[in-house]
Amino acid sequence: MCGIVGLFLKEPRLEPELGAMLTDMLITMTDRGPDSAGIAIYSPAGKGLGKITVQSATPDRDFDALDGDLREAIGAPVALMAKSTHAVIEVPLEQIEAARAALAHLRPGVKVMSSGENIEIFKEVGLPKDVAARFGLSKMGGTHGIGHTRMATESAVTTMGAHPFSTGSDQCLVHNGSLSNHNGVRRMLRREGMTFETENDTEVAAAFISHKLKRGEALGSALEATLTDLDGFFTFVVGTHNGFGVVRDPIACKPAVMAETDEYVAFGSEYRALVNLPRIESARVWEPEPATVYFWER
Amino acid sequence: MQTFDLEKEGLRALNSSLHALKGQTNMTRWEVINPKGAHAIAAGVDAEVEITVRGSTGYYCAGMNKQATILIKGSAGPGVAENMMSGKVVIDGDASQYAGATGRGGLLVIKGNASSRCGISMKGIDIVVHGNIGHMSAFMAQSGNLVVLGDAGEALGDSLYEARLFVRGNVRSLGADCIEKEMRPEHFELLERLLKAGEADAKARPEQFRRYGSARKLYNFNIDNASAY
Repeated sequence: MCGIVGLFLKEPRLEPELGAMLTDMLITMTDRGPDSAGIAIYSPAGKGLGKITVQSATPDRDFDALDGDLREAIGAPVALMAKSTHAVIEVPLEQIEAARAALAHLRPGVKVMSSGENIEIFKEVGLPKDVAARFGLSKMGGTHGIGHTRMATESAVTTMGAHPFSTGSDQCLVHNGSLSNHNGVRRMLRREGMTFETENDTEVAAAFISHKLKRGEALGSALEATLTDLDGFFTFVVGTHNGFGVVRDPIACKPAVMAETDEYVAFGSEYRALVNLPRIESARVWEPEPATVYFWER
Repeated sequence: MQTFDLEKEGLRALNSSLHALKGQTNMTRWEVINPKGAHAIAAGVDAEVEITVRGSTGYYCAGMNKQATILIKGSAGPGVAENMMSGKVVIDGDASQYAGATGRGGLLVIKGNASSRCGISMKGIDIVVHGNIGHMSAFMAQSGNLVVLGDAGEALGDSLYEARLFVRGNVRSLGADCIEKEMRPEHFELLERLLKAGEADAKARPEQFRRYGSARKLYNFNIDNASAY
């Protein structure tokens, strides 16, 4: 069991509230996943800029003077904002790959959570309310976001085993369920050049989709392919720079409820995650069909 | 009328008050406000009371119900009226997966749609769905009646025993050992009664339905299938 929440805003007026709404939804899903929690939140970095979100077990040591060291290494402006064990590093968009390479060299203990134009990922072990508080999630604004509360079944309870998983620029995926053929798919993807941080089944699903996108497939067809190539139980919610998608396996025993109004599209593992959203009483509420790909883009 | 604010007073307090009625009470009408998708609302009631839930419910609302009439003025989460013994549960909206699962008696009415596995392993309950039902509904259903005014999803009635299934709309596919059967006079009578009880008599007539039941080929071991095991 795990909990998933997602919110895609159509009404820009609500953007400053995104973090607050998602935090409330995430904490409501604590019963479904008290091990760890995480959130991917999308907000533009600013013209020509990109963001890298990093995590460290020893943030005081690793983040100290990191901005200066990176600036020197890539020869471009760098801004760093530390939030507990994570830090968001802003660099010119075209310098993202150079900055990631320099990071691996400058601070080998630092893990990259995500990178891209819009995405920031914060995830840690602990109760969702504690994870939300340590990163100040409720103060964050953005256009769309995805959250996950984890009850681990397939791999260890660690920061890197928490969701969301990001395996491509501005991409992320969260999962409720378990995959049974992830070792085989991971081997296939490794041969294709994808890299993995964990032994987790969900990371394989994220990399599977990123690999398809890298080869130029549309997100819709990449999500369709999960239905034929991934074996197991899943409800996936996938984020990209401009939207989010939902797909459930054909058996569809992992729950999913969606709500749509003129202002937003919301996803919850259970209806109670959605009850405090504005004007939920008049929303269209439905369960996504099994083996059907849904997608919203701005 | 006893009004219970679930958000303020909590689920334990509600269910222990309802369990304390033990079949004898003069507090026969209850109203639950602010359900907000909470789990196990009014589960395990055993008293002839009427409970109105003003909003949508989470997992297992009205589970194991005996005698009570439970009215949900919203939609219901997974496992609504699971293992109901007697009484009546009416949902104004939609029901999530495995509505009425393993139910032994009573009547479950869903005025919207039901999703997958509706009536799975039902054992005597009657279920009337005004809308559609999802895949794998009535899987291994043993007895009772499932009436669907709309369409049925894939694998209806897979491995069915003796439950009767009546569907007015399209059936995406029948499960293993489930076949269409003729409508005989007693089935028209039964449907007439169920449609009335299920508040659907103004929407549908018995002659619009087709009946599905067990081919009874899985009841006994068939030596021709030995190689499949």
